[in-house]
Amino acid sequence: MTTTLERPPKAPTTKVKVELSDRGRAERKLGLLLSTPAVVVMLVVTAYPLLNALYLSLFEYRLTNPEGKTFVGLRNYQVVLTDRLFWTDVANTFIITVITVGVELVIGFGFAMVMHKAIFARKTLRTSILLPYGIVTVVSAIAWKYAFDLQSGFVNQWFGLGDFAWFSHRWSSLAVIIFSEIWKTTPFISLLLLAGLAQVPGDLDEAASVDGATWWQRFYKVTIPNMKGAIMVAVLFRTLDAWRIFDNIYIMTAGAQQTESLSFLTYKQTITRTAIGLGNAVGVLLFLSVVLIAAIFIKGFKVDLSQVRGGK
Amino acid sequence: MKSRDTHWGWIVGAVLILIWSAFPIVWILSLSFKQPGEVIGGNPQFLPKNWTWSNYDYVFSIPLFTHALVNSIGISLIATTVGVVFATLVAYAIARLAFPGKGLILGFALAIAMFPVASLVGPLFDLWRNIGLYDTWLGLIIPYISFALPLALWTLSAFFREIPWEMEQAAQVDGATNWQAFRKVIVPLAAPGVFTAAILTFFFCWNDFVFGISLTSTDNARPVPAALAFFTGRSQFEQPATYQAAAAVIVTIPVIILVLLFQRRIVAGLTSGAVKG
Repeated sequence: MTTTLERPPKAPTTKVKVELSDRGRAERKLGLLLSTPAVVVMLVVTAYPLLNALYLSLFEYRLTNPEGKTFVGLRNYQVVLTDRLFWTDVANTFIITVITVGVELVIGFGFAMVMHKAIFARKTLRTSILLPYGIVTVVSAIAWKYAFDLQSGFVNQWFGLGDFAWFSHRWSSLAVIIFSEIWKTTPFISLLLLAGLAQVPGDLDEAASVDGATWWQRFYKVTIPNMKGAIMVAVLFRTLDAWRIFDNIYIMTAGAQQTESLSFLTYKQTITRTAIGLGNAVGVLLFLSVVLIAAIFIKGFKVDLSQVRGGK
Repeated sequence: MKSRDTHWGWIVGAVLILIWSAFPIVWILSLSFKQPGEVIGGNPQFLPKNWTWSNYDYVFSIPLFTHALVNSIGISLIATTVGVVFATLVAYAIARLAFPGKGLILGFALAIAMFPVASLVGPLFDLWRNIGLYDTWLGLIIPYISFALPLALWTLSAFFREIPWEMEQAAQVDGATNWQAFRKVIVPLAAPGVFTAAILTFFFCWNDFVFGISLTSTDNARPVPAALAFFTGRSQFEQPATYQAAAAVIVTIPVIILVLLFQRRIVAGLTSGAVKG
């Protein structure tokens, strides 16, 4: 640059500037062009349907009576929010989310520590833990359903439970649903935690050890604080994922014994569609609940999503 | 003494991980080789009494499964290819080009990753019926692309951060255009990342159930996970358990192959987006 400054003012600096901005403009154009297909396809599938859901939720609208479509304002929301079924489903979704994420965090940490300290068979362990992650959720639901099933299952036989019908009671059904969800998604959380563990500086742990810290103290005071970011990101993603649980419930109980989740209720109302307006009101509430959870995590727990975004 | 304790602790942990992962797979495999009659009496044993291939013969004889298998393979492969191409273009633009709205695109992708899919299927169902996409391949390919994009996008962004971009500039100095520099220099460097994104995207598409069950109604486009929900016994006195198990084993085979072959890439892809590399 200094050479440019030393040049006589006659030199075409303006031309250089124009070239740069031409180039800048071309770059801008190319950037937008390259992003267009992805953005368009994402918008088509999310923004439009969401606005449509919002719009339809303001109407009394049954497919059986399309002529009777009338604007009712927020009445559908009032109906949903005062319905006991809705709150039962909120409770189910909440219970499933809290238990699965909590248990997965503990087991996932255990698995991550084992993989981190792997003396041998490192590759075998990682390969095997990817199996539950990769397996189709419906397949996992089928496997566990028939394991607990009275007719085909071995669980009762192995644990001496006689003819206890798991899927005939609300809490035992939810327990099996939660169990299968934990089996399938613990690997995901443990791999994220493993990546977090790799970032904990080893010398810090060693120093604490030399200073006489117990295993628990080192874990609690050195390991955890150093991988807080990884933990929060893992918990946020698993929480939102568990919150929309659908597949396991559909396969195992189809919502019987009061085991519906919010996603299942939305599906039932909008696709089996007795009442489109009401169903979309549930869908909008489901969406808002996700926004709320995300906001709590990001604002409340200060989860740094710039890490996730792949930004610097 | 202490180190031997941790050693044993590690071995127990490692064995637990192996059992955790393998057990349900062994169980569904065992179930798929049982005779249908074996699962209706109650108190069956874990392994089959009489091993049989008949469940596999049966599922390959019904269009409910064979068509679904073709649908699943076709839809997943197309959605993966298109989705990864889209994601690569965006990730490249974000990593390399100065243009407005980068943050917006990344934020939007992040929001979609968190999106509760169920709140969209109702309106999508209406929309697809109106424009003729209901119960077609394209009707599933489009939502698969958009919901797999965020994962592919992060994976690729993380990989692209590691690429030595000076090489591209060098190519441009030598007179290559943006596009040539991209195709000749960057694509070969980026290929491993793109491949990883493709595997993760494929898993996503292969796994989907919500769209599959909501946006299809016949063999025309119904993927395997949705078809599994429609299995019945050969007669009303039969449970569909063993047939479902056989079909479940078949759709698990590609997953196992991909995991065995590309373990390292999958782990790297899953964690690259979540933790600073």
